Amino acid sequence: MANIDRDQLLHVARLARLELREEEVERLGAQLNDILAAVSKVSELDLSDVPPTSHPLDVVNVWAEDEPRPSLPVEEALANAPEREGSYFKVPPGGEAPPKSTPGGTA
Amino acid sequence: MIDTLRLTAEEATRLLQDKELSSAELWGAYQTAISERDPELHCYLHVCEDDGVEGVPIAIKDVIGTKGIPTTAGSKILEGYVPVYDATVIQRCKAQGLRVLGKTNTDEFAMGSSTENSAFGPTKNPWDPTRVPGGSGGGSAAAVAAGLAPWALGSDTGGSIKQPAALCGNVGLRPTYGTVSRYGAIAFASSLDQIGPVARNVRDCALLYSIIAGRDPCDSTTVELPSAVTLPEGEDLTGLRVGVPREFNDHEAIEPGVREAVQRAIELCRGLGAEVGDCSLPHSVEYGMPCYYLIAPAEASSNLARYDGVRFGYRSPNGRDRLEMYERTRDEGFGEEPKRRIMVGTYALSAGYYDAYYGQAQKVRTVLAREHAQAFERFDVLISPTSPTVAFELGARTASPLAMYLSDLLTIPSCMAGLPGLNVPCGLSEGLPVGLQLIGPQFSEAVLFRVGFALETAIGFDPVPTRLR
Repeated sequence: MANIDRDQLLHVARLARLELREEEVERLGAQLNDILAAVSKVSELDLSDVPPTSHPLDVVNVWAEDEPRPSLPVEEALANAPEREGSYFKVPPGGEAPPKSTPGGTA
Repeated sequence: MIDTLRLTAEEATRLLQDKELSSAELWGAYQTAISERDPELHCYLHVCEDDGVEGVPIAIKDVIGTKGIPTTAGSKILEGYVPVYDATVIQRCKAQGLRVLGKTNTDEFAMGSSTENSAFGPTKNPWDPTRVPGGSGGGSAAAVAAGLAPWALGSDTGGSIKQPAALCGNVGLRPTYGTVSRYGAIAFASSLDQIGPVARNVRDCALLYSIIAGRDPCDSTTVELPSAVTLPEGEDLTGLRVGVPREFNDHEAIEPGVREAVQRAIELCRGLGAEVGDCSLPHSVEYGMPCYYLIAPAEASSNLARYDGVRFGYRSPNGRDRLEMYERTRDEGFGEEPKRRIMVGTYALSAGYYDAYYGQAQKVRTVLAREHAQAFERFDVLISPTSPTVAFELGARTASPLAMYLSDLLTIPSCMAGLPGLNVPCGLSEGLPVGLQLIGPQFSEAVLFRVGFALETAIGFDPVPTRLR
């Protein structure tokens, strides 16, 4: 089932917003294939009649009252900002090219 | 003279209440111990100054947010990050008169089984500094074992409280999922993460659990405890049914010395009046690891998406535009293990692979939960080794991610089912601690504490590392 090639690896890295260096591509690629081979074991079981578990505890609809409560003041919210301007986090402009994704894939 | 190697939190609390000791003296004793032993052991990433507040000190794993105190999750991507609010568990500790002594070392983002994945260097096992303390919470376990804190908070996703407790010879509880708030804790895998107590003995562990547990409006995955936490007393296990799951106890990966120590403890259960019987959880060990190493990385890939250099933490200066900034920040800021897991997780969730990997793993998770539930129809508690081996040497498993993952073989299955687990030291093998784990149904902490306390009293394990006595 596994055996992720270089193109797929780079695609996954792009989805994860990780720019891998060349030596990382090789090393991570090999390790990823080992890990994926090991975890593919889950496909050995026929679980067509088994419902999936997303959550270990049976909690349903935990609501909160729609009441305003104190929140973080702006200065605190920006306290760890690598760069700020006024009450904004400052970031470099643009560059957000759509990732090369498969049809129906999520960016 | 305060002997921090032997002082329990319960005793420290009493000494403060009876005014036999001042908070300043108590704080000072730990500071002295830290200055003596921590340069070698490296349990702490940050040690706090004495702020003059009254109370018993506690060490906090550095994945838990502490207001005004640096919190790194063991990662360069959060170096310099100082939270502006306290995690709920910290608020509750402070309300009960506890004071944050310092932040303990951890595998990066709680990903690891040896604390060797910390971006700031590993922690050494106080029993043998050439060996690992376990992980990811090696710093907390080692700090308690070495008398550098009376107790500590850790976090457990696949065994990160229990396994270090086993390797360092102390008591660690992974609580029932949903009984301890994750608000303010740095998220790794949200359907698995739980904050829990690390202590020198079972009573201290139960005491700390009672302080942090309970529903939190800030964490909608928490619930009220069905009953209040009580501290265990008594050594009689009459009426208790103890299950010995074959697959967890007879696995070939378990070292003979570990197996023997746990077997002796199982016999002791019989001697204390418990009914002991075999059982089988046919898929839990074999499929637990692959299930976990799909679900946890998948959830991690989502949780770690927030580390993008925008609002906090490290930002790469090498990005010519925002996209490059994100990508380089993350490549430069994350260590190997988070990158590996993010990649595995992203792949497992991506279009075309979701059903086969993540979707299937979620079904395996149901199978694991059902197997445990079935066992609990006949037994009150299951017992097995916590770790297949005693503490291994630094560097022994770092070359192979899969070899490292095998450290969690026995702790993972019950985590997937949201079940609580208590590590209790039960002996030594090759001079190193062996821990047994007690697994119970959801909300069965009282049973775990009862059995743990009885065994602890009967075994009489000395939690002070031999070389420090």
